[in-house]
Amino acid sequence: MSGASSWSLAEADHDKIVVLLTAFLRESNARTALLVDRTGQMVATAGEPPEFDPTTFASLAAADFSANDQLARLIGEPEFGSLFHQGETASMYLADIARRVILVVLFDTRTTLGLVKLRVRGTVGDLSKVFTEMFARDGGVAPRVEQDFLGDAEDEIDKLFGE
Amino acid sequence: MSMINYASREINCKLVYYGPGLGGKTTNLEHVYNKVAPGAKGKMISLATETERTLFFDFLPVDLGTIRGFKTRFHLYTVPGQVYYNASRKLILKGVDGVVFVADSQIERMEANIEAMQNLYDNMAEHGYDLTRIPFIIQYNKRDLPNAASIADLQAALNPGWPVEDAARQRPLADPYHEGEFLVGRTQDGEWIERATYFEAVAVNGEGVFDTLKAVSKLVLKTLG
Repeated sequence: MSGASSWSLAEADHDKIVVLLTAFLRESNARTALLVDRTGQMVATAGEPPEFDPTTFASLAAADFSANDQLARLIGEPEFGSLFHQGETASMYLADIARRVILVVLFDTRTTLGLVKLRVRGTVGDLSKVFTEMFARDGGVAPRVEQDFLGDAEDEIDKLFGE
Repeated sequence: MSMINYASREINCKLVYYGPGLGGKTTNLEHVYNKVAPGAKGKMISLATETERTLFFDFLPVDLGTIRGFKTRFHLYTVPGQVYYNASRKLILKGVDGVVFVADSQIERMEANIEAMQNLYDNMAEHGYDLTRIPFIIQYNKRDLPNAASIADLQAALNPGWPVEDAARQRPLADPYHEGEFLVGRTQDGEWIERATYFEAVAVNGEGVFDTLKAVSKLVLKTLG
């Protein structure tokens, strides 16, 4: 038992993910697809660039999903595989990917919840495969940065957090 | 769980401020928010009750800038202090890279501090994390109050140390922040123990806030190297 395991996203994996998300957006007519990791970090986005702050969005989406996970357990479900938030014009559909990542779909009146749900199913399967392979390949080995990075980062910390 | 995103060239690390209710966790984040250069901070989000008690969490992203081609960012979170929000406290610890325990120095709050510390250990263990093996800093807040307990008493209650079993680490390690004190040392019984680094603070006027943040961020970055 130790700390949380780190992970990294390689460019090749990112490209594969974006291809899948882009195809999904085309088929579903949704606006934007975002992948957020369960700890609240943005992994990838596709489609119309979001107008909101993606960092804030990612932390809230992960918290939303985690809170609902606990609600599921309270009512005797192992999890809610997906969530839907309905707005007047903009809505959100969230789906779990391999228990590590959340797919968030933003859509408006150009499509319907039914079509989004229908198309999301296949994409969740494809993305789960990509992430499962990726995590298996990394084998839990934490990514490393170069020593020069650490030196520079410490200087930046002193500068930014110095009063 | 820090994430290195080679596609967007970003490194994100998660820091969580933990501790008893009304101990000053949100105040720490507010001070950081007010003092950090505008370009380096994102929006501060507070999911709080109408009486400004943290209900779920506070969140503040802080950008270190681009270092060796990587945009490096710390995500600062607080948890709710009250025990009855434990479910949300536990959720926030998911994927944590570094923990700051904000203790309330007032003698009357000693029991609440101990309870929160025990709760932190328990919640970390439930996630499968070991607090003795991740960056962990204790901040003794409200040092300006007349009813503040002594540092020696707070250390004895909240930071007595954990046994160092790895023989390679059984060597004295001085506390760089407190002269004459140690982070790894021997007890009178000859047992090797390690303690978390601690800082004194008066978060309400900013004293000690950045010392704490600097120390925990550097520890977190070291785990990436």
